[in-house]
Order: sequence, then C-alpha cells, then structure tokens
Amino acid sequence: MKWIITFFSSSIGKKLLMSLTGLFLILFLVVHLIGNLQLLKDDGGEAFNTYAYMMTHNPLIKIVAYGNYFFIILHAFVGISIALYNKGAKGQKYAVSNSNKTTWASKNMALLGTLILAFILIHMGDFWFKMKFTDELGMKSYEGFPEVRDLYTRVSTAFSQLWIVVVYLIGMMVLSFHLWHGFQSAFQTLGLNHKKYTPLIKSVGKAYAILIPLGFAVIPIWYFLFKTM
Amino acid sequence: MSLNSKIPSGALAEKWTKYKSTMPIVAPNNKRKLEVIVVGTGLAGAAAASSLGELGYSVKCFTFHDSPRRAHSIAAQGGINAAKNYANDGDSVYRLFYDTIKGGDYRAREANVHRLAECSVDIIDQCVAQGVPFAREYGGLLENRSFGGVQVSRTFYARGQTGQQLLIGAYQSLSRQIALGTVQMYNRHEMLELVKVDGKARGIIARNLLTGELERHAAHAVVLATGGYGNVFYLSTNAMMCNVTAAWKSVKKGALMANPCFTQIHPTCIPVSGEYQSKLTLMSESLRNDGRVWVPKKKEDAQAIQQGKLKGVNIKEEDRDYFLERRYPAFGNLVPRDVASRAAKVECDKGHGVSPTGLAVFLDFSDAMYRYGKTEANKKGMTGLSDAQIVALGEEVVSAKYGNLFEMYEKITGENPYKEPMKIYPAVHYTMGGVWVDYNLETNVPGLFALGECNFSDHGANRLGASALMQGLADGYFVIPYTIGTFLANEISTPKIKNDLPEFIEAEKATKALIDKLLNIKGNQSVESFHRRLGKIMWEYCGMARNEAGLVKGRQMIRELRAEYYRDVFVPGSNDEYNPELEKAIRVADLLEHGELMMVDALNRNESCGGHFREESVTDDGEAMRKDDEFAYVAAWEWNETEPILHKEPLVFENVELKTRSYK
Amino acid sequence: MSADMNLKIKVWRQKNNKASGSFETYPVVANEHMSFLEMLDVLNEGLINQKKEPIAFEHDCREGICGTCSMVINGQPHGPSSGTTTCQLHMRHFKDGDIIVVEPYRASAFPVLKDLAVDRSAFDRIIQAGGYISVNAGQAPDGNAIPIEKGRAGQSFEAAACIGCGACVAACPNGSAMLFTSAKIAHLGHLPQGEVESNKRPQAMVAQMDKEGFGMCSNIGACEAECPKEIKLENIAFMNRSYLKAVFSGEEV
Repeated sequence: MKWIITFFSSSIGKKLLMSLTGLFLILFLVVHLIGNLQLLKDDGGEAFNTYAYMMTHNPLIKIVAYGNYFFIILHAFVGISIALYNKGAKGQKYAVSNSNKTTWASKNMALLGTLILAFILIHMGDFWFKMKFTDELGMKSYEGFPEVRDLYTRVSTAFSQLWIVVVYLIGMMVLSFHLWHGFQSAFQTLGLNHKKYTPLIKSVGKAYAILIPLGFAVIPIWYFLFKTM
Repeated sequence: MSLNSKIPSGALAEKWTKYKSTMPIVAPNNKRKLEVIVVGTGLAGAAAASSLGELGYSVKCFTFHDSPRRAHSIAAQGGINAAKNYANDGDSVYRLFYDTIKGGDYRAREANVHRLAECSVDIIDQCVAQGVPFAREYGGLLENRSFGGVQVSRTFYARGQTGQQLLIGAYQSLSRQIALGTVQMYNRHEMLELVKVDGKARGIIARNLLTGELERHAAHAVVLATGGYGNVFYLSTNAMMCNVTAAWKSVKKGALMANPCFTQIHPTCIPVSGEYQSKLTLMSESLRNDGRVWVPKKKEDAQAIQQGKLKGVNIKEEDRDYFLERRYPAFGNLVPRDVASRAAKVECDKGHGVSPTGLAVFLDFSDAMYRYGKTEANKKGMTGLSDAQIVALGEEVVSAKYGNLFEMYEKITGENPYKEPMKIYPAVHYTMGGVWVDYNLETNVPGLFALGECNFSDHGANRLGASALMQGLADGYFVIPYTIGTFLANEISTPKIKNDLPEFIEAEKATKALIDKLLNIKGNQSVESFHRRLGKIMWEYCGMARNEAGLVKGRQMIRELRAEYYRDVFVPGSNDEYNPELEKAIRVADLLEHGELMMVDALNRNESCGGHFREESVTDDGEAMRKDDEFAYVAAWEWNETEPILHKEPLVFENVELKTRSYK
Repeated sequence: MSADMNLKIKVWRQKNNKASGSFETYPVVANEHMSFLEMLDVLNEGLINQKKEPIAFEHDCREGICGTCSMVINGQPHGPSSGTTTCQLHMRHFKDGDIIVVEPYRASAFPVLKDLAVDRSAFDRIIQAGGYISVNAGQAPDGNAIPIEKGRAGQSFEAAACIGCGACVAACPNGSAMLFTSAKIAHLGHLPQGEVESNKRPQAMVAQMDKEGFGMCSNIGACEAECPKEIKLENIAFMNRSYLKAVFSGEEV
C-alpha cells in the first residue's frame, strides 16, 4: 500500500486530485444551476422550496452532498498547498515580467480559488447555514410535502440588496475565470490531450466557463431588477 | 623514435575480425579493479565511457561543460554514414572504405578506415536500439539520403539534427551507467595536465571550474575524446569552448601530434559581419544541390555591392560569373568542400567579393526556384503563368526542401534568401589532424588513448560529409572497448594507482604555477583579443592556401604573439571561483603553441592534398597537386619550443590505387 | 551600413552562490547584426579593458543546439523571438535607446552560480533516473528489425528535439520541470524500443523530478510558449498518462 501514499504525495498524484475533484465540482455546478433556475419560475417559490427540501432530505443526495463538501475542501486544501509549494519552488521572482503569451487566469488559479472559497462561505452562510441551523426562515407547506423552509423568500430578500447582488456578480466572474483555465486543465492533467479532441474540449470549456456563471448571475440580477421594484 | 602502427596482419577485410578474436582481454572480475579516465563526453567520449562502464571497468568521466549533453557533437547537422545498403544501390563496406580513403586524398591508414566502415553497420543498430529517432519511410523502415562525394545513398539522418540525436543517445547510455555506479561523472571539470608514472599515462590534473580547486585523478589508463582544434582560427563553426588543451598537454608530455595542418574548410557558411563576430554558422552542404555560386564579372559591380549601392539581383545574367561551373564543368557547384572553398577565396582575393568586407560570394536559388516552379506548374496543369507566379510556385518547393536553413539564414542575417541571393563564405569546420594513435587508438604514450576528432586516424587530408559522427561512435562503442584490453590485460596485477604519488604532486604544482603565472601578468590586453589575433594569423597564413614565405612569416608572428601574451595578457578575477576568462586564458595559451606547430607541419608538407593547399604544388592549370612519392606519410610531431621534431609513419596502400582527384 | 545602437543593459550581478546579488546598469554600443551574446561579448571586453570583472554567462555552440545559453531577457527566457535561443537572437530585435533587463533563470532547483550562470545539474539527475533505454553496446538487433510508423517516429523526434536548456523551468511561474521530463518520457515512450521500460521510466523520472524540488505543473503553458525548440504541452499529457498507467497497472519501482 506504500504505493498509494507515494502516488498521492507525488506531483502528478496531487495534480490528479485537483483534476478529479475539479471535474466533480464542474458537474456539481450544472446540477446546482438547474436547481437554481427554479427561482426564475413565477410560482411564488413552490418549485424552488420543494427542490431545496428534496436536496436536504433525500438520503442519496445527502451522501453526494457530503461528498461535495469534502471535495470542495480537498480541492481547496490541495490547491493551496500546491500553490504554496510552487511559490517556494519558483523562489525569487523576475524583476521584469513578460507574460503576454499566457492567460492571466492560468497564473492566478490559487487566488481565484481562494476568492471562490470565500464566496462559498458567504453564500452558504447566507442560505444553507440559515436554513439548516437557524430559525430565521419561515415555513411553507405545499401539496405532497411536509412543511418546508421558505428559502425562496430568503433568496428574494437577499437579492433585493444591491451589495449582495454585487458580491454574487463578482463571485461569478471569479468563478468564470477559474473555469476558463480549470476546465481544459483538468483534462490535460488526466493525460487527455490529443490533436483531434483537445480543440473541442477547449471550446466546450470556454463556453462552459461563460455560460454557467452567467446562468447563476442572471438570478440575482433578475431578482434585483424585477422582484425588488 | 619509430612509430609502430600495430596494424594486424592478414587480408584487409579480415584484419579486424581476426584481431578481435585473438587480442588479449581482461576477465570481468579484473575489470572492476581497473580504473579508466575518459576525458570528453561528445560522441566518442560518451560512447566510450558508457561502453567501458557496461563492460565493468571503473570509469571516471570528465567534461568541462555543465552537462555531458552539451558537447559539440550535438551541432552536427547532416547525418551519419553506414554501409547498410538498405537502399539496395550497391553499397558495401568496401565501397564506404574506398570512398573514405579517396575522399581523404590518400592520406589515411587503410586498415583503420576499413574497420571504420565495418563498424558503421553496428552503429546504426545500436542507435536505433537506444531510441534515436532516425528519419523513416512510410513503411516504417529507415530512410537514407545521399551526401557529397559519393554515388550511393548511405546517410542516415534525423532531420537537420543528427548529431544532437546521436549525442543524446550516447548521453542517455552514459547516464544509465552513472546511475548504475560504473561511471563516476565529473561535470565542470577541465583536464589541465596528463600525469605519467613510469612512462605510462596514469591520471590527470583537473580543475573544478566552479571552485578552481585542482584535483588529482588517478587511473590505469586515460582516454582522450576531446575533439578538434578548429578554434585556433578563432572564427570557426566550432563551439566557443572547443580547444586543444587536453590533447596539447598530452603532446607536451610526449604524445605526438599528427598532421596538424589538415583542416577542413567548409564552403557554405554565413559570412563574417563585423569585428565583434564570435563564431561562424554552417549552412548545410545540401544547399549546393540547388544553389548556384557566383560573383559579379565586373569589379566595379562587386565594389558597388560592397558599398551597398547595388544588389545582387540587379546584376544582369551576362555580368555574372558562375565560377564553379566555369572552372569545373563536370561537377559544377557540387565539387568537394576543399575545391569549392578555394575557388571562392580566389574570386574574393581578386576583388569580386560581395559583402561589405569583400569576403563573400553569392549562392543563388533563383534558377532553382524558376525550374521547380515550372515543373510544379506542369504538374498542376497551370498554363499562361507570369514569371513571378512561376517563381512563387518554385519558392514553395525550395521552402519544403530547405525551409529551416533559409529561416536560420534570415534569423542571422536579417535578409530574405528567397528574394535576394544568399551570401556565403568558407569557414573552418573540422580538423582531420590530431593526436597520433596506432591501430588500437593508443598514442605513443602507453596507456593514453585518443578517440574521435581528437585523433588523426581516419579522414586523411579531407573528411567526407557525414563521416565524423561515424568515426566518433565507432571509436567509442566498438573499437576502444576491445582495444583498451591490449593495454589493460597487462595491468591486472597493478594495484589501484594512488593520486599522492610524487608525479601527481609535481603535475599539480606545475598546473598551479601556470595558473598563477597567467593571473599575475596583469597586462593590458584581453584573452579574447589575443585569440582573435591568433585566428587572423592562422587564417591569413595557414588557411585555404598556404605558401612557404607565408608560413615562415606566420610562424614567426605566432611566436611573437605568444611572447606578447605572456607579457601583456590581462586575466580578471582569481583562481578560486567560477572564472570563464581564466579558463579561456589557459586554452588560448595552448592554442598559441599548437598554431605554431600547424605552421611547421604545413611548411613541411610541400604538396597539396585535401584541405591542405600549397601554392607551390599545383598543376599547370592551378589545381592541387599531390606528391605521393614524397609525402605519402603521416607527419607525427614531437613538440618543443625551439624546433619540433618530425617522425614519419609511411602510409602503405595495398588495396587501393592512388589516383588524382579531378572534377573537371 | 548599419547604424550603431546605444543601449543600456541592466544585468543581474551576483558574486557566487552564497552572495546576494543586485542589478547593475552598463551602457553598450551594439549594432543590429550582432547576436545578443556578441553584444554581451562587447560589453565584457569593455569591462575587462577597465579592469573590471566581466559578466559571467554560459554559452557554447552559438548555433542554437547545445542548450548552454540561459538567461532571461526582459522577462522572457531566450528573449523576445519565439523558437529562438539567446545565441541566435539578434540585436535587430531591439532598438536604439532600449534598456534591456537581463536576469538569470529563476527557480529554486536552478541555484545561481554567478551572475547569469545557474546550476542545471538537476536535469542530468532526472535523466539518470530513467531517461534511457537499457541496451548495451553490441546487443542491438538490426536497425530495420522493428518498423516504426512514420508518424510515431515523428512524434518521438519532436519530443527528442529538447536541448535541455531549462527555459521551460525558467518560464514557469511554478518552477516546474514537467515539460523537460515529459519530453524525454515521450521521446522514448513513443518508440517500441522504449515501451519495454514504460513502467519504470515515468515513475522513476517523476520521483526524481519531485525530489529535485521543481514545482508542480498547473498547465499554464508558459513553458511551451518560451521553449526555443517548441516542445508541446501534449508531452506533459503523455507523461501524465504514462505515469498513471504505470502507477495503477504496473509494478512498484
């Protein structure tokens, strides 16, 4: 079993962890977005609140959710440790930097990732924590469900405040940059780089990096513009 | 001193095989106890060190580079010859042997050259097995091309980087032996002295180039694979650090320097652009397949070009002198290297040169582009094209063939060779002469061996293209592993040589004294400036054409320059640090002596053969004239400051008939 | 014909490995036909004439193949021309009045020895760990015994074109040597002769690379952009693939 330890302490082992957890989180973002789009339904929050209930009570989803938390933490932890190690490996920096041949995002993944982590904490503190561990949210009842917490109202209240909307928009921009590099990078780390497929992976990655954060961003904007008035 | 070449008896084709199976060998358990020093990690050195390591000898290997992979073998472009006959065009070991002997203008040993041709076959197999990515056909088999001076396709290549790929192969083998512990590698260590104990080579003094510390390294035998001395000309296609020091220190300890005047001057190099120039860049010989060499017929046109008032393209066809085609109608632009180089010099000396310095001729592809363009147009069924359109089509063909060379030319000169003819001029490229060795590659100092360009043995007075790589690897992989046994078999009871013997202490002291001397001159001129002046003297008086008066004068000038060097050189810094100027100072000191010996040798050899052209020895129409009755010998020199002593090894030709080369 | 260029060279001076360094600025008169190294030669000649210590920099073949020259010019290893080593970079890429900043390669695994010279011996040790095919002289079968598809041989060649100059490490913000290491793994791994050791080679070489203290690749691509021989990132993917395959399906080494 020594080989497992050797592997995960090797550079490529650590990169593999980043790649696999990253890909999982990429998938998660899609599921999360589909759920969030329920917020755009004009049904007084029924679709969204029942969805939120299901997400917190279905045993299978709960397991996946715990996995998700774990992967976020792992991705962040390994990512930060790699960034710190690399800083040491680079040593002294150049007096003149010339980096017009590489993307800004690729060189600032750790910064972007840390910002995303901060965003996740704010985001979860705002909604998830308040739903799970406080009584601040009211209750609603829908047909076929026991009483559920009214997360919908919480969301619309939050997104009526400009500063929260701005925080979310910044968060999504940061996410977009992180994905801009991260998507294709995850495939490269897995060893999937081929003249035939890589251009496709790169295009999909870029589209993904724009569309998914945009999808998330639409919600606070929409709420702020149309629900607050 | 009589020179015994130790050529085995028997028929030429059987000598090596028979000799290999009867020579003394060392048993595996004894090999471990025997130490061998290998100096240099180019093709010959890396191949030798790794092969000796594989056999089980305890090897210590030295390079002055930061890594063994940087040796200048890496820069060879064209390819490596081997008598594989994969092309089914009638090649054979004998044919390769014959071409090499003839190409060398009958100044090499038959037996050595035949062995080289035999080994060539194994080299390709060995390199393929090591992972050298040679060019391949669509069927997956090895591809060949043809090279100057021969009628078959026997050159194996890896694009324009054959030397690099072969060296990386040898470097990888060496790395494996280093990892296995059979070879101990000393990077950034320069050999500065040979140590002899009881007449045998038993070690070296090496300077650690980072700390300046002098180290005494002892062994049972010493193998030199330290390359050629082309840098005596200052400007050459050699790398900046190439030098003669290791070989020269051995010569000063009694080894003989053979045929030092045999230098190869390559006709197609990018011309010198100014006084600051540090090195010359070779453009592959293959360019002469399609390029036409010319200068303006009228001197005033040439002058206008030199002053930048006129361009080559503006000279009318009838005002151009295609001098190679004019003088050598049979071979035209494809005459051998030495002939092409001299012809270019003659035109420039007459004032027809075409660069600001007047030292360049045109290599023009416009005809080729037009010709290829027409063929291409016919192929594609295009009619009614303008000349410009045809040339544009031809440009694509030329680009496919020589694109990387054209790109390199443009990178260096800033001129577009598709639009203006290239300017080229000959430059020193390779030195056929070197340390005298017998058939075992052992020098006259017992236990001291010399391989590759460092020795004199296989190329005679002129080397054919794609043969240097062959020799380096043959010597390293397939000759020295056997022949070193002839010496070491008698050493199995010799205990480990101790490096605190008085001879070592003495040698270290002498080296230290030399370094101190150079550092303490504290004169006013840089090492580089002396080297540049030496190069000019060599080029002027011992370059493409030599004559008695010039050689006598040149020798005197070098002696004076040497005296001035020890009076007025300035070496900055100290010994106990990384000090590239001091390294250079030691090397230039040796070049200043070796250059003199080249003059002496060139003066002695009053014949024209291969790369050595004596103006006194020409036919009525000005072509080179060899004098086989007087000079069919190896001139091996014993050095001393006042008058070097000549030892002759007669060359006996039993299998080939000596003929005059004619390219008319 | 060519006008003189008056330049200022701001160059890193450091006495030795232990000393701390700093920038010095020197004026130099160059012309457009000089190579960058010849410009430094001229500058050094001037320093020597003033009895000052010349700038130490490594160089040898000066035709772009030995991989010895190593410096960072205005933030780019081997300077502004792509696919070009410092020795083949010519001064026509600069203009009169320029201030050119010249620094040594920066990476913890490449400690500075003096001025612009750094220690790249870590590369040798990575090769020694497994960057070879284990075949002794004399053991080889005929060169044509195993046909190799032209395309595969080409991929191998392109990886083998690496000159070991270390520009990839110098360019990488992480100080990673993955382009170098992967080029060797791909050079040998693409060939049938190299496949025999495809289990040991990637594991041993990656382990040595990590041990030397190089950083971890985060797929930025600066290495590929600055590589004078244009070695591709595909090689790193190839290495990752080979390594994962070796770790999960091969013997432990």
